[in-house]
Amino acid sequence: MAESVCIVAEYRDGNFRKVSFEIASEGRRIADALGLKLYGIAIGSGVAAVAPKLGHYGVDKVFVVDNPALEHYNAETYAPVVADIIKQAQPAVVLLPASMNGKDLAARLAARLETGLAQDSTEIALSNGKIRAKRPLFGGKCLGWYEWTDGALVMISCRPNVMSCLTPDESRQAEIVSVNATIPAAKSQVLAVEMDTSGKIELTEADIIVSGGRGMKAAENFVILEELAKVLGAAVGASRAAVDAGWRPHSDQVGQTGKVVTPNLYIAVGISGAIQHLAGMGSSKYIVAVNKDPDAPIFSKADYGIVEDLFKFIPVFTEEVKKYKSTC
Amino acid sequence: MNIVVLLKQTPDTESVIRIADDGKSIVTTDLKWIINPYDEFAVEAALRLKEKHGGTVTIVSWGPQRVVESIRTALAMGADKGILIDDNALDESDSLGIAKALAAAVKQLNPDIVLCGHRAVDYDHNQRGPMVAELLGWPHLPLALSMECDGQTVKIERPVEGGKMILSAPLPVVVTMGGSHAVWNPRYASLPGIMKAKKKPLEVKKLADLGLSPDECGGAAAKIKLVGLERPPERKPGKIINGNLDTEGKARELVRLLHEEAGVI
Repeated sequence: MAESVCIVAEYRDGNFRKVSFEIASEGRRIADALGLKLYGIAIGSGVAAVAPKLGHYGVDKVFVVDNPALEHYNAETYAPVVADIIKQAQPAVVLLPASMNGKDLAARLAARLETGLAQDSTEIALSNGKIRAKRPLFGGKCLGWYEWTDGALVMISCRPNVMSCLTPDESRQAEIVSVNATIPAAKSQVLAVEMDTSGKIELTEADIIVSGGRGMKAAENFVILEELAKVLGAAVGASRAAVDAGWRPHSDQVGQTGKVVTPNLYIAVGISGAIQHLAGMGSSKYIVAVNKDPDAPIFSKADYGIVEDLFKFIPVFTEEVKKYKSTC
Repeated sequence: MNIVVLLKQTPDTESVIRIADDGKSIVTTDLKWIINPYDEFAVEAALRLKEKHGGTVTIVSWGPQRVVESIRTALAMGADKGILIDDNALDESDSLGIAKALAAAVKQLNPDIVLCGHRAVDYDHNQRGPMVAELLGWPHLPLALSMECDGQTVKIERPVEGGKMILSAPLPVVVTMGGSHAVWNPRYASLPGIMKAKKKPLEVKKLADLGLSPDECGGAAAKIKLVGLERPPERKPGKIINGNLDTEGKARELVRLLHEEAGVI
């Protein structure tokens, strides 16, 4: 009989990534509904120092593997260590972050533990003690509900910024269990890490995105969007047309090939609204479209539409936002 | 170099997706089918490896007979042979079931490297590459934006949130492709390529040919099932900000709406 819900926290550069607290909070809700304990798994080099933080989000017990050999995520070292702890913790449900590394680890674990995995889930529901997970398919063109067969370990990775986070309660303490795991040798290795120190906001984690398309006409014209993004504290995205034209790096691409984003505000500038782009940003809370073509499909998705030449409108809008910000 | 590409056929990303009457599958009539774009990047990467090191590129795919067209497209791009695992027992399989079938096919081919997309643009399970690597006991280099190989070791560049990393692994290895069309710029099939592709070997296999039974990887073995599809919530019709305003007026009105009505700035 299962005794727990288990979360696998993601630790990097001295701290847990925020999504770890989101899955701890979601795990707490599920554990309470099922009458189970909530366990956390924290592995990495130096992770022991921050492991108690998981307790503040409702984790009852944290299994810690703190080892210099775990400095960088590597499926070959992480998957066997985490799988062994999961076997020990006897969970009914395992939650992981649907981050780049989280999804890789989740898939390796599901193969190792012979179970079913729902990646990048946006909602977890319970009916009659049975778990269901909802996830976007076809880049968000439709949503699928998944269920597990009876007795199967439920594995779910959760999309960052979607599950709501509990307010941390520092009086809540988790029991810390230090696990002395043998770290297997890995064949693959990390040769270099280059972090972007420009303070650029990650698209999938941004509250506001200003995105440019074919209508931007040239790489250098994106400077007006960068200016607007700076004033709004936004990330800059791009349509496939702009990336294919070589105006923006691939990491900026929003759409079914590219990133699926769900910011509070998405400002589409000079983007006509190809269906594969609409799939990638259609779940944004508010959408603004700026396009000189009144028949552009993007307007059908936009809460607010501006039919104007973007080169005329964006600098004026940026000034208006600046004025507004200076009065706050 | 013995190179394998795991290729999935998906609906074109420009397709409108409609939910079928059973509420858990999609309407497939009238869909245009393509090679999953990330797998197309894998085909391109495989052909570049072959150009440098020689050897063969084998396409391994699964699904019904319509998939043959996508395999032929990859052969027309320059791959050498294709294998289609066409077995009804896989219809209800979960990702692990598919991965087991693919891993079994890979074992028979005994390649130096396996390439595929890090995800597919249809069901987006994000599991094929890492699961096949786990089943084979091989290292896996994910989300490749570039790939170099000296015949013994593979080196890739990959993104992480907020930066990038350089990874390496000795052969044999699974590499999954990230990036975009702009990064990989997959070649088009040439007309002579298309003619040649028609004569290239394409083998259809059943699970039994891979030494597998439906109990191991078919629907009966599936631990997770898709039970229902939903349309995303409809967006309320928006408004065009006009009202005979000039550019400044529209900009001011947009700022006001974003603050007062939407509350997002």
